[in-house]
Amino acid sequence: MKARPPTYSKFRDVQAELEKTGAAIYRSAEGEENLVIRYPYTVNYIHSYAEDSAFFLGLAEGRLRGSRCTKKKCGFVYGTPRGHCMFCGAPTEWIDLPTRGRVHSWTTCHFGGEAFLKETPYNLALVEFEGVGSLLLVRLKEAVEADLFVGMPVEARFDPNPKYSVTDVWFVPAR
Amino acid sequence: MVTGGLTKFAKAHPSMDFRLMVKRAYDYALADVPNLTADRIDGTRIAYFSDHFSRQLKAASMVQDYLGLNPKGSVRIEWGGATGGECFQAAYEAVASGRMDVCLAAGYETMSRVATWKGNEFIALASDTNFDFPLGGFYTGYYALMVVRHIYEYLRLRRFAHIKDEREAQRLAIAEGSRIMSMVSVKNHMNALHNPYAQYPKRLTVDDVLRSEMISYPLTREQICTMSDGAALVVLCDEARAREFTDTPVRVTGVGCGTDTMRLADRPFGKVPLLPHERASDYADLPYPGVHSFRAGRTAGQEAYRMAGITDPNHELDFVELHDAYASSEIQTYEDLGLCRYGEGYSFVERGDPFLKGIDYGFPTPRAGAVPVNPSGGLIACGHPVGATGLMQAVFALWQLQGTVPKHFRDPTLQLPKARRGAIHSHAGTGSSVTVSILERGFR
Repeated sequence: MKARPPTYSKFRDVQAELEKTGAAIYRSAEGEENLVIRYPYTVNYIHSYAEDSAFFLGLAEGRLRGSRCTKKKCGFVYGTPRGHCMFCGAPTEWIDLPTRGRVHSWTTCHFGGEAFLKETPYNLALVEFEGVGSLLLVRLKEAVEADLFVGMPVEARFDPNPKYSVTDVWFVPAR
Repeated sequence: MVTGGLTKFAKAHPSMDFRLMVKRAYDYALADVPNLTADRIDGTRIAYFSDHFSRQLKAASMVQDYLGLNPKGSVRIEWGGATGGECFQAAYEAVASGRMDVCLAAGYETMSRVATWKGNEFIALASDTNFDFPLGGFYTGYYALMVVRHIYEYLRLRRFAHIKDEREAQRLAIAEGSRIMSMVSVKNHMNALHNPYAQYPKRLTVDDVLRSEMISYPLTREQICTMSDGAALVVLCDEARAREFTDTPVRVTGVGCGTDTMRLADRPFGKVPLLPHERASDYADLPYPGVHSFRAGRTAGQEAYRMAGITDPNHELDFVELHDAYASSEIQTYEDLGLCRYGEGYSFVERGDPFLKGIDYGFPTPRAGAVPVNPSGGLIACGHPVGATGLMQAVFALWQLQGTVPKHFRDPTLQLPKARRGAIHSHAGTGSSVTVSILERGFR
């Protein structure tokens, strides 16, 4: 290590230096020297899907599951499953959702979180199902921005090599 | 509220860490009211959003420490994008309950510590990490989903109801919505030309905004706020002490807070909670909130208005500083806060109501000055250092009501002539929590 890392007056030059050597000095307009270092941080979480598990196991088997409130007077049907009903607090039971639905709203993402940048552009859609009270957020594939509209009929596809993620299901324009 | 201070919001402040940013804002605020010395402060509420950004847990303790306020009481506040607004209300509660006579509410964020798209990923961790985040990890995407539906409900089904071809009608509606959202972006960037604390003051045209980079259709770069480094704070105290510290205190006359589901997909399709000036028949066929409106914002507004005795916000508020993380959510929020009815947000902009009088925005604004929204430039032009943002609004509202904008901004342009009552609005997630606070001039 040198006694002093190189000094820059542009912050973007500091960032470039960090990529190379991990340390740089930023000199502000007032002449103050600020030592800047790169600090990597990675972590593997031990994440349990817990009460949502059956949804993700279902995807791996090519099944799209929602849930239904078990209280007779309520019986609300969820397009994104919840363990307990948000209206009456009763437990829900697992149900199979229709694999066809309609686009409730949509967007095409030209940027994304860092982990998703390489996948851009990609479409997101909120899908509504007949007889179901709430929506499901999905990726909408095999369609470009100009194809998409509210009300568009869409159908589910499942990843034959499941990653145990919500990305194991996506939708495409209905055939 | 007796004093406030803030740093300039900037993409990066490599010469200040979070402690020094808050210290600078603190020294500014205390210098403004010489009778208020540190020994008079009973305790603090300190806010920042994300431990990921600071890479320092329990960072609020380090702020308390650096300000030299140990061993007084303090607590850290976090509530996503509404962190600053919640911090303000937490300090209000500390004073209103009698627990403290004088309470400091301070907030900051240092978002420059990671690259922009990693920052977007960190922010998106404030969405459901089982069902939403793995699909794209991107808040602009969520807001684009919401505005596409908002445009469908209010422009497609109304303004373009006569067009038979569904796709054509939706394209026209989105183009119309994008044009009007761009007017909001022009307003906020141009207001900020007169605000020395703003990160991105700019003279823009509607075409400049429309032609800026597409981030998530239909939202373009200039319709979206940016990540920032910054700090902001205010001091709240009881009435007797307020008069001791300043001749121009500002009263907090209403506080409200509302919430909604974390996932957009879970939002119900029910009825609109009505404000006093609205009727159920206004919204007979409107499934609410769906993903087009913010029930949390409506709920927060209702509570705050009730407490402050406001029955017609459009006529009873002199200005609003609201959480315009997106030009779309500014328009949605006009409706939630009852500045206009649901469905009228776009024409509210076209009529010019939220614009300032005396600024030429490059297009007609016939009703400019009716109820100026984000006279400071808002998040779109000032930046959005999350924990500081809601407190930035409080500082700007304080100065607006005191009539001290010319002194603090060294520019009189943004000072409203007769500002007696204003609202500040702080908003989190996809609208999963929102605060509204009503502030009024506490002097003649």
